[in-house]
Amino acid sequence: MQHKENSLVLIDASRLIIEGMACAGADSFIGYPITPANLLYLYASKRFPVMLPAPDEITTLQWMAGLSAAGKLPITATSFPGFALMIESINMAFMMELPMVIILAQRLGPATGTATCGAQGDLLLLRGLISGGHQIPVICLSDFADCWNLSAKAVHIANKYRTPVVIVTSKEMVMTQRSFDINLLEEINPVNRKFYNSEQAYIPYNPENNLIPEFLPLGNQKHQVRISASTHDNKGILQHTSDQAMENTIRLDRKIIYNLDEFTYYDLIEEKKADTIIVSYDITAASAREARELLKKKNINVSLLIVKTLIPVPNIYYEILARYNKIIIAEENVNGQLGKILFGEHKHKNIINIGSIGKMVSPLEIIKEVNV
Amino acid sequence: MKNILNTQELPFCKGCGHDLIAKSTAAALEKSGCSPLDIILVTDIGCHGIIDTSFNTHTIHGLHGRSVSLGVGISLGLNNSDKKVIVFTGDGGATIGLQHIMEAARLNINMTIVIHNNMLYGMTGGQTSGLTPQGFNTTTAPSGNTFEQYDICGLAHTAGASYISRILGIGNIADKLAEAINTNGCSVVEVIELCPGYGMKLNPKRKLAEILESSGKSEGIWTNNRLPFAVDIKEEPTSLLKNLKAIEIIDKPQLKSSYTVLLSGSAGEGVQTAANILAITAVSSGYHVTQKGSYPVTVGVGFSTAEIIISPNEILYHGMTIPDIAIITSQDGLNHSKKRINLMNNGILMIDSSLSAPQTGARVYNIDFRSIGVKSASMFSLFYFSEISKILPHAAIFKAIEQHGDAHKIPLDKIKEIFRFDVL
Repeated sequence: MQHKENSLVLIDASRLIIEGMACAGADSFIGYPITPANLLYLYASKRFPVMLPAPDEITTLQWMAGLSAAGKLPITATSFPGFALMIESINMAFMMELPMVIILAQRLGPATGTATCGAQGDLLLLRGLISGGHQIPVICLSDFADCWNLSAKAVHIANKYRTPVVIVTSKEMVMTQRSFDINLLEEINPVNRKFYNSEQAYIPYNPENNLIPEFLPLGNQKHQVRISASTHDNKGILQHTSDQAMENTIRLDRKIIYNLDEFTYYDLIEEKKADTIIVSYDITAASAREARELLKKKNINVSLLIVKTLIPVPNIYYEILARYNKIIIAEENVNGQLGKILFGEHKHKNIINIGSIGKMVSPLEIIKEVNV
Repeated sequence: MKNILNTQELPFCKGCGHDLIAKSTAAALEKSGCSPLDIILVTDIGCHGIIDTSFNTHTIHGLHGRSVSLGVGISLGLNNSDKKVIVFTGDGGATIGLQHIMEAARLNINMTIVIHNNMLYGMTGGQTSGLTPQGFNTTTAPSGNTFEQYDICGLAHTAGASYISRILGIGNIADKLAEAINTNGCSVVEVIELCPGYGMKLNPKRKLAEILESSGKSEGIWTNNRLPFAVDIKEEPTSLLKNLKAIEIIDKPQLKSSYTVLLSGSAGEGVQTAANILAITAVSSGYHVTQKGSYPVTVGVGFSTAEIIISPNEILYHGMTIPDIAIITSQDGLNHSKKRINLMNNGILMIDSSLSAPQTGARVYNIDFRSIGVKSASMFSLFYFSEISKILPHAAIFKAIEQHGDAHKIPLDKIKEIFRFDVL
């Protein structure tokens, strides 16, 4: 992306996230202020064609659902306390199959916790977000390049698979400034929105081969559109547990997993002689990358997996991890949430969790575990 | 033209007022010349919510109490097109979603909200709602509800809806509904009715008109002369990357490895601004830089701390345990950073002369940072940082101040006088 010759700036990731999403075709932002997502809100208020301040986070999600059903691509940004209020409505949007993106900037919990302290404490919540155990795509940003590229991808995923998508990040990513050359940013393709345009009656939840039904906004003059958050058949009509309704509910689970390969994002550096792999995500990815580099300078070879598609868990992660005798998972919480998502509650001898609260995990803490 | 309803056999109990509301709404829409695809019917949870399948319109069936808010989103998306957004909710939905009704009224969103007020939660067993009148029997208040009810029409009127009416759900109500539907802006219609499953059984012999009267309310129409809300759409928003001030590199880095700076002071004393200017200075001197802020949730009181990493190489991890230099300009800053200063085995501690230096292995400089005025104490410290550390020259700091745009807030003349600078 060519801007101008001198393109070195001091910039925060919030700016890249919002600009990336706007370039991808997100057109509306509904905001309710919360730290540490305030910069995202501020930038969105300048950048999105439509920006509306909602009176609370339940309303935020409902307005987004309404806008989405009317053919817009809405975005919001929040942190756990606001996200908690959104959950029922995210379930609604998932059931209705409405595209939208929710940016979750994590902070230290539980509850109100510390608004101005970072954390990676919401992953288990995100895995259990949807009643029924269904999964919505959760994309995590590990550096500034991701803030630009993957934020834009999230808009594409929401549109293509008719689903809410969560971008998960944290305070130290969205509020820290870095020197950065904006000429390094890649061109972003805007979403090419395609709506159902056949003459035949529109069946709102009739899936295509990829299990995704074609979309048509409410209010169009050609076909009736029925949308429902209750258990429904292909026509969007409320059902108790009819065969077609159950098929539809199962399809909602399968459609995300079926298409997962198309939105599996990770960074992998494999060292041939390495016995150990470090796994990390979000803000701790930087510590993991630095730890690997410092170890390499001392001729200690470890591999590195930075996971970016967090939910659903792509199978390739297991294939990669199976090649190593020792797995070190680093994340900013005290209960090893990624470890639990990947391997459950059972403690494995060869899986080591490195955690921290109230401060970032440092590269030295990771190195210490590698050297044990 | 296709009928609004696809059946006259509606899925309600015999004698339920919902039947009359649905048929009257359809008649009102037909009378208003609407065709089914001109209409978006938004339904809530509750018995009334199963009506959507009987409508040939666009339909969307959402969550309990949120239908008004969902309808607002749809109306905002359509932005005053000639479409009609009709929201059906019950008294339960109006109770749980009261804020949404107030918001729709306050913004005067172009939509019609029809509150099916049968004075209790019919679908879940006849419990008391926020719109149950005092003395009305419900399954959870068999001797009569002891609470005052909300005056939903009064609230919507105060909040600013264009048109509000309260009507008894008896006889011909289509014209009254049509009046609301044809309002430009937010219209709210409260239809009073009785649930045959619970309300009629628990309140035998009571009539709608008498119930309404004994609750101190009456039928009526209330209006506000307001324009409907219109979404302000930015036609060509500017890229957030377009007007960024690029930093010109004016020097080559002298450091061979990274250097960490801790600035710690009080909120409102320019710590974050000074940190930003220091960061810009370092970038212009050819370094990679990160700037991390830390402060309590309150903006104007307590500590304000910034961590700046200056490195000739790319910075990955931007945390800092023990700084190479700590600059402390106030007691708040000292309290917050004391532990880290204790851990310093070497490096530099620059501390305001009003404060006692804590135990540390760093070389200590006592400097009267605050004499320049507390709001500039942190900024002032940067010049001492430049003098003592020799890492970044004064000239580069002045240039960064110019770039930052806050030069007018900084007493530059005073600073130049103190340091006898011959720059700018």
